[in-house]
Amino acid sequence: MADVLAFAEQRDGAVRGVARESVSAAARIAPGLGAQVHALVLGAPGIGAAAADLGRFGAAVVYAAEHPALADYNAEGYAAVVADQVRSSGYAAVIFPATTLGKDLAPRVAALLDVPLAGDVTGLEVAGGALTALRPVYAGKAFAQVRLHATPALVTIRPNVFQPVESPAAGAVETFTPAVEPGNWKVRLVERKAAGEGALDVSEATVVVCGGRGMKDPSNWALLEALRDAIGDGAALGASRAVVDAGWRPHGEQVGQTGKTVAPKLYIAVGISGAIQHLAGMRTSKTIVAVNKDPDAPIFNVADYGVVGDLFAVLPRLTEEVKALKAKG
Amino acid sequence: MDVIVCVKRVPDSEARIRIGEGAAAIDPTGVKFIMSPYDEYAVEAALRTKEAAGSGEVTLVTLGDEASQETLRAGLAMGADRAVLLAGKPTQDGLATAKALAAELAGSPAALILFGVKAADGDQQQVGPMTATLLGLPCATGVGSFEVKGDSVVCHREVEGGVEVLELRLPAVLTITKGVYDPRYASLKGIMAAKKKPLEQKAAATGDSRLTVEKLAYPPERAPGRIVGQGPDAAAELVRLLREEANAL
Ligand SMILES: Cc1cc2nc3c(=O)[nH]c(=O)nc-3n(C[C@H](O)[C@H](O)[C@H](O)COP(=O)(O)OP(=O)(O)OC[C@H]3O[C@@H](n4cnc5c(N)ncnc54)[C@H](O)[C@@H]3O)c2cc1C
Ligand SMILES: Nc1ncnc2c1ncn2[C@@H]1O[C@H](COP(=O)(O)O)[C@@H](O)[C@H]1O
Repeated sequence: MADVLAFAEQRDGAVRGVARESVSAAARIAPGLGAQVHALVLGAPGIGAAAADLGRFGAAVVYAAEHPALADYNAEGYAAVVADQVRSSGYAAVIFPATTLGKDLAPRVAALLDVPLAGDVTGLEVAGGALTALRPVYAGKAFAQVRLHATPALVTIRPNVFQPVESPAAGAVETFTPAVEPGNWKVRLVERKAAGEGALDVSEATVVVCGGRGMKDPSNWALLEALRDAIGDGAALGASRAVVDAGWRPHGEQVGQTGKTVAPKLYIAVGISGAIQHLAGMRTSKTIVAVNKDPDAPIFNVADYGVVGDLFAVLPRLTEEVKALKAKG
Repeated sequence: MDVIVCVKRVPDSEARIRIGEGAAAIDPTGVKFIMSPYDEYAVEAALRTKEAAGSGEVTLVTLGDEASQETLRAGLAMGADRAVLLAGKPTQDGLATAKALAAELAGSPAALILFGVKAADGDQQQVGPMTATLLGLPCATGVGSFEVKGDSVVCHREVEGGVEVLELRLPAVLTITKGVYDPRYASLKGIMAAKKKPLEQKAAATGDSRLTVEKLAYPPERAPGRIVGQGPDAAAELVRLLREEANAL
């Protein structure tokens, strides 16, 4: 029986958290397919060792394609190597993360292999040996259960939805040197600029503190930064489109239909009305908190916990309480 | 400089979505349809590119039904020069769409082929890079701004935690996100002129869809939430609930 392949994303030589999610998602569907889980990581020499840990999450084999030219993501190089691996091992399914990288890479691999792709899926099921995927459509206003009529079935999975689960497997690392020809690539990475002192990206955060027009002025973001810092590791700032359009915050922070899709453990919406296009980007968050002075604001319809009140009074207290909680441990 | 833009007709983002009979598609009755917002950014980017070059044509291409003519006319009213309607039924299988587009675009002299980063109906985010791969053209996704320099194009794209600058050899495929491309409104003159611009219609070369919708459903209901309290005094209880009940802090 054909196995399941999980693409393991790395950045700067470190295997990213989403790689565990891909492997765990693969491990979840593998039994129904009578399959083993393989992981594939691409990077500079040494990346295989960095990925060995994926065995803990269910990878029987970790293939490591090591080449200096693969240190950074390059669509042409990566797509060719992944497609080659799939062709040579004949997988039943291939799982990518629905990250910027995964959403750039997976469609190209699909085109190279001539198989369809289900993007940004939030659920995977195997019934009678066939895989179906659940994916949000119409900006999250509906969910489509889709079937892929080709082998392998390709999917990208929404980050933070498939939680990593430990399920130890052999995790044998098999390193190889793929044939890559950087000389033929038509795309050149000129530079990569980090946004502000290595701040965590909103799409990667486990807690998102999101500010809207109710914040009144960009200088008031100090209040949100204080809350983010009190929450600590894994927390990042987000913004509604209204404040991005006003130039108060960078577009990279925008959550919603024309911004990023996030599914953190905790989403705190402050001074955000909850327009349908905003909900599109955050409604699959695990726990949603809203702070708004208007008790009829639509954001309260999706919030698990709401506080009705003036955010300028609520935020400082909330930050204090979080600090007190963290101090207790 | 010639630029092609692939656009799609989708429900307005404000539209209420009702699931149709058989739960395999939405019920389009009463739904307002528009050009997908990202495709509007792409049209804007194409028009600016042509304007900067001082010559060339902007061609719109869509795969869709008869009603997609309206979407094409909207783009022509913004300032595009010509439009092509590939008559057919788009499905959730982006590769089938990409094949039809690639068949139309193969051999085109256009220097740039632009897409929206994603269509605001299926949100698949795949047709652009798939089409590029089928055509053997370089492609950058999620481009917020770009500049043509000689025989290459320099693109800025947002990635997690920063911005990437990529240089692609022309001809190239770019998928466009909002970035600097706030779309212009069509002027009355533009709307009048659009009626006379060439709109060619032909059959789309779509193969079978190999990604089928088994069932469409409304989002799982979130467990009903509750108002923890009014004003700052609710903060302590909120934090307690987040720790003890939601396990979120
Ligand atoms: C095609 C399209 C795409 C879009 N994409 C996005 C997107 O990606 N992301 C997005 O966010 N939006 C998007 N929008 C815009 C969206 O429709 C809303 O306009 C936007 O989300 C509103 O932002 P907001 O909630 O910050 O502002 P508002 O709607 O103005 O809400 C401000 C809220 O703050 C509250 N408030 C004010 N003062 C206080 C106070 N002192 N204390 C507590 N509460 C206070 C108010 O009660 C109000 O509810 C899109 C729109 C369209 C048409
Ligand atoms: N039926 C279609 N006709 C023309 N272009 C399309 C069509 N479907 C998708 N596209 C293009 O591909 C982009 C991405 O779509 P998708 O992969 O479906 O999210 C869209 O923004 C359009 O530019």
